[in-house]
Amino acid sequence: MSQFSSTYALIRKDVHSELRTRYALNALLMFVVTAVATILFALRSDQPTSSVLSGLYWVVVFFTAMSGLSRTFVSEEERGTTMTLQLIASPSTVYFAKLLFNTALTFSMTIAVTILYMTVFSNSFVIKTFSIFAGTVILGSLGFAAASTIIAAIVAKANTRGTLYPVLSFPILIVLLMTVMGATTKALDGEEFATALPDFQILIGYFLAMTGGSYLLFEYVWKD
Amino acid sequence: MTLTVDKVAKEFNRRSIFRDVSFSLSQGQSLAITGRNGSGKSTLIKVIAGLLSATRGTVAYTVDGNSLNVEDLRYHIGLVSPYLQLYDEFSGSENLELLSKIRSDLGSDSKRIQEVLEAVGLWERRSDYVRTYSSGMKQRLKYAFAVLHRPSLLLLDEPTSNLDQNGITMVAQVVAEQNRSGILIVATNDADEAAWCSSSIELGLP
Repeated sequence: MSQFSSTYALIRKDVHSELRTRYALNALLMFVVTAVATILFALRSDQPTSSVLSGLYWVVVFFTAMSGLSRTFVSEEERGTTMTLQLIASPSTVYFAKLLFNTALTFSMTIAVTILYMTVFSNSFVIKTFSIFAGTVILGSLGFAAASTIIAAIVAKANTRGTLYPVLSFPILIVLLMTVMGATTKALDGEEFATALPDFQILIGYFLAMTGGSYLLFEYVWKD
Repeated sequence: MTLTVDKVAKEFNRRSIFRDVSFSLSQGQSLAITGRNGSGKSTLIKVIAGLLSATRGTVAYTVDGNSLNVEDLRYHIGLVSPYLQLYDEFSGSENLELLSKIRSDLGSDSKRIQEVLEAVGLWERRSDYVRTYSSGMKQRLKYAFAVLHRPSLLLLDEPTSNLDQNGITMVAQVVAEQNRSGILIVATNDADEAAWCSSSIELGLP
C-alpha cells in the first residue's frame, strides 16, 4: 500500500514540478509545432500517400519524445535532487512513477500531434479505421514511454546527455517505430481491425518486455 | 536501533578511498568522522546511508533486535549534506509535505511540519519558493527535512556550513536531541563539531 501511495505522491510531485518549471512541456510543444510546420511547408500542395504521412507522423512523435522525455531524470540530476529521491523512495517507486509520468506526457503529446496533423493535413490525413488508430496511439505511447524512461535513466548518469539520448534510443525504438508506422498506414487506408492484430501483439509484447527488463535493470542504473 | 559497520572499504576505479573501517553504534551513541579533504568522509556517510554500495565489508542495521532491510532504511534515517538538494520550485512547507508523502511517512502531518519549520526558524518564510532562500536558509530547510520523521539515525555532513550563529545554535539543539533519542554521525573537520560526539574515527591515516 505504501508503495502505491509513494508512487502516487512522486507522480504528483513531478506534475506540479513540470507545471511550474515547464522543463519538458515547452520543449515538447515547440518541437511539435515546428516539426509539423516544416512538414507542411515541405509538402505544400502535394498529396502524400498514407505510408508517407504515417511515417512523417511518427517521425514527429519520435523526435518530440527525444527532445522532452529525457528531462524526467536529467532535471533531477541537474538540480542535484537525485540523491534526495534515492534517500526517501525505493528504486521501483521511482521507476514506476517516472514511467507513468512519461506515459501521460507521451500520450498527451501524441494527441497534440494528431490534432495538429488532422488540422493541417485535413484532406490527406483522414483516419478511416479509428479503432486501429486508437489502439496504435495507446500501445505506441506505452512502448515509447517504457523505452524512453529507462534510456533517460541511463543517459542522466552520462556526461554527453544531449547526443546520447537519440543515439541510444533509435536502435531500441526501431522495432516499435516500424510497427506503429505500419499500423497507422492501415488505419489511414481503412483496413479491417483484424489486419492490425499482429501489429498490436508486437506492441503489447514490446511494452511488456521493455517494462519487465527495465524494472529488473533500474536499481543498478539508479544507484551507484 | 544499532548500526554495525564491519571492515568497509570503498574504491572508485580501483583507487582506494578508505578501507577496513569498522565501528558499532547503538541508541544514545555518536561518532565523529574526521580526516583531511578527499579522505572519504562524505563517501562513508553515503555508504552508511545506503546511497552507495561498499566495495568490501558490510553495513548492518537492526531495529528492536530485527535486522533492517535497506529498502526500509528511509523510515529510520535522516541526512544533512551539501550534495543533498531540495526542490527550488516548491516552497519550504511544500517540500516537506511532498517529500514526506513520497517517503510514505504517515507521522509527518501539518502539525509536525509546523513544529520542525519553527524549530529551524523558517516558519515565517514557509510559503516562499526555495529558490528565493539564501544558502543558510536552504541549509536550515535540510535540517527540517532530516528530522521531520524523527529518524533513529541522523547523519550530518559538514553540519554548520552556510549557517550563522543562530543557525549553529539550532544545529546544537538538534544534535543534543539526537544524542538523547538515537544515533548521530557527524562528518567534519571542525574540532568544535567533532566535540558534539562521544567517539571519533579519522580517515586517511597511513
